[in-house]
Amino acid sequence: MMGHWIIAPVVLPAVTGAFTLLALRDAPMVARSISTAATALLLAISLWLLHGATVHGAEAYFLGNWPAPFGIVLVLDRLSALMVTLTAALALVVQLYAIGTGWDLRGRHFHALWQFQLMGVCGAFLTGDAFNLFVFFEVLLIASYGLMIHAGGRDRLKAGVQYVVFNLVGSTLFLFALATVYSVTGTLNMADLAVKLPMLPQGDMALMRVAGAMLLMVFAIKGALVPLHFWLPATYAEAPGPVSALFAVMTKVGAYAVIRVFTLIFPISLPATGALFADMLLPAAVITLAVGAVGVMGARSLQGMVAFAAVTSMGTLFAAVAQFTPEAISAALYYALHSTLAAAALFLIADLTVDRRGSGDLGSARAPIAHQGLIAALFMLGAIAIAGMPPLSGFLGKLMILSASRGETLVWAAILLSSFVMILGLARAGSTLFWKSHADGARPAPHDAQPLAFVAVGALLAGLVLLTVAAGPITGWLADTAAALQDPAAYIAANRLEGME
Amino acid sequence: MELLVASSVGLMTAVGIYLILRMRSFPVIVGLTMISYACNVFIFASGRIVAGLPPILSKTATGYTDPVPQALVLTAIVISFGMTAVLVMMALGAFFEAGDDRIDLKADTARDSAE
Repeated sequence: MMGHWIIAPVVLPAVTGAFTLLALRDAPMVARSISTAATALLLAISLWLLHGATVHGAEAYFLGNWPAPFGIVLVLDRLSALMVTLTAALALVVQLYAIGTGWDLRGRHFHALWQFQLMGVCGAFLTGDAFNLFVFFEVLLIASYGLMIHAGGRDRLKAGVQYVVFNLVGSTLFLFALATVYSVTGTLNMADLAVKLPMLPQGDMALMRVAGAMLLMVFAIKGALVPLHFWLPATYAEAPGPVSALFAVMTKVGAYAVIRVFTLIFPISLPATGALFADMLLPAAVITLAVGAVGVMGARSLQGMVAFAAVTSMGTLFAAVAQFTPEAISAALYYALHSTLAAAALFLIADLTVDRRGSGDLGSARAPIAHQGLIAALFMLGAIAIAGMPPLSGFLGKLMILSASRGETLVWAAILLSSFVMILGLARAGSTLFWKSHADGARPAPHDAQPLAFVAVGALLAGLVLLTVAAGPITGWLADTAAALQDPAAYIAANRLEGME
Repeated sequence: MELLVASSVGLMTAVGIYLILRMRSFPVIVGLTMISYACNVFIFASGRIVAGLPPILSKTATGYTDPVPQALVLTAIVISFGMTAVLVMMALGAFFEAGDDRIDLKADTARDSAE
C-alpha cells in the first residue's frame, strides 16, 4: 500500500516552490538545480505510485485522518497515477528545455511558479473531493497566470488579462455548480456523490442535471472545447514556448475531470441523466475538430498554428470520451498521452524556430536559420505525430478512436477530414519556413548551439516512439483502467464511506 | 427572506454579466467582483437560510445551521479576493505597456506575436 506517498506529488512541489521563492530568489543557478532535482524526484515518486496503483488498485489518503465524506480525501487509482506520471515526465523534459534555452532567466521566479503549477496539476488529478478539485484548479491557474506573462511584453500581458478573465468566469461557474450540488446532496466527496445520486428523489434531479451541465461547461473551458475555447489560441501563441509546452497538460486536466466526473458521479447508467451529457459533448467535440483544423490551415503565425493543432487534438480526445464506452475511453487515454507529448514537442520546435528566425510569421519566406536541417527534421516528425500520420503514435491513437466509434459516421468524417486539413496546413507551414527559405541566398545568422534544448525535444519525440513501440502493453493496461472507470466500485470502496463496509 | 436573498443573487449576477461584456478592463474587473459576491451569497444559501442559529455545538442552542457552506464560502472569498488582486496587477501592467485598457486583442496581435 502506498500510504503517505499519495500526497507527495502535492507536498513536494509546494515545499520546493516555497523554498525556491523565499530562499533562492537571488541565486537563479541554485534554483535551477534544486527545481530540476525536485521535478526528477516527482517523476520517480509518480512512477512508484503508478506501480502501486497497478498492483494494489485504488487507495484513498485521508488528510488529517478525518473519515470521508467529512474530511478531504486524495484518491490514487490507475487513471490519476497515469496522469500524474505524464505531468511529471513532461514537466522534467520541458524544464530542461527552458534551462537549455535560458527562458527561465528572462524573468523572475520561473522555477517557483513552475513548481506551484505542478502542485496544482498533480493535486487536481489526485483529489477525491469536488470542492478540493476547485481549489487545485485555482492553484494551477494562479501559477499559470504568472508563467504565462513570464518575461513580459505588451501582447503577452494583453493575452494574459484575457486568459485570466475567461478562467475567473469559469471558476465562478464552478462554484455555482458546487453549491448547487451541495444544496441537493449535502456532500462534495466524489465517491459519496456517486453513492447518493441514484437514491435522490426524482424532484431533486432537475437541479442535479443543471449542476452537471454547469460542471461540464467548466471542464469544457479548461479543455478548450468549442464554443468555450476562445482563450486558448491567443494564450498558447503568446505564452513563452516552454510554458505553452507545459500547458499541453493543462487542457488534459479538463479532459481528466470530464472522464472522472461523468463516469463516477453522472454515469450513463444513471437513469435521471442518462446520455444527456454525452449528447452535449459529442457535437461540441466534432465542431472543435472542425474549428481546430480550419485554424491550423488559416493561422498566420507558427505558434498560432500549433495552438490550433492543440485545439484539434482536444476535439479528437473529446470525440472519443463522449462515447463513454470502455473501448472509447481506453482509446481516448492513449490519445491523451500521445497528444500531450506531440503538442509539447511542436511548441518547443516552434520556439526554436521563432527564436532563430526572429518571427513566427507564415506569410512570407525569410532567410535560412541556424541549425535549419535539424530543426526542419524535428518539425517534420512533430507534424507527422500531431496530424496522426503513420508510423508514430498519433496514427495508432486515431485508429483506436475510429475503431471504438464504429457506426458513428459523424466522428469518422470529422476525424478523417480534420486530419487531412491539418496535414495540408502543416505541410504549407513547413515549406514556407524551411524550404522556400533556400531561395534567399543569405547566410543564416549565427546562434548558440543549445544542445540541452535539442536533447529535450528529442526526448519528447522519443517518448512518442516509445508509445508506438510499446503500444501493445500500454493499450492492455489502459483497457484495464477504462474497465475500472466503468465499474467504480473499487474507487468508492477505497473511500471507506460510513455504512458501506 | 428567501425572496430577498434570491433576488439579490440574481441581480448581482445580472449586473456582473453586463459589466463583463464591456470592452475595458476596469468594468470587467468590477463585473467579476459582482459575480463572485453573488456566488458567495449563493454558496451561503446552499446550507439553507436560517437566522440566529449557531454553526457549532453549544449547550443552549435550539438548532443548528450547516457549518460546511460557511467554510466553503470562506475559501471561495479568499480565492476570489486573491484572483481579483492578480487580475488588477495584470490589467495595470497591460495598461502601462499598451497605453490603453481595451480587453480584446486586435486581430493581428495574436498572430504576429514574435515581431
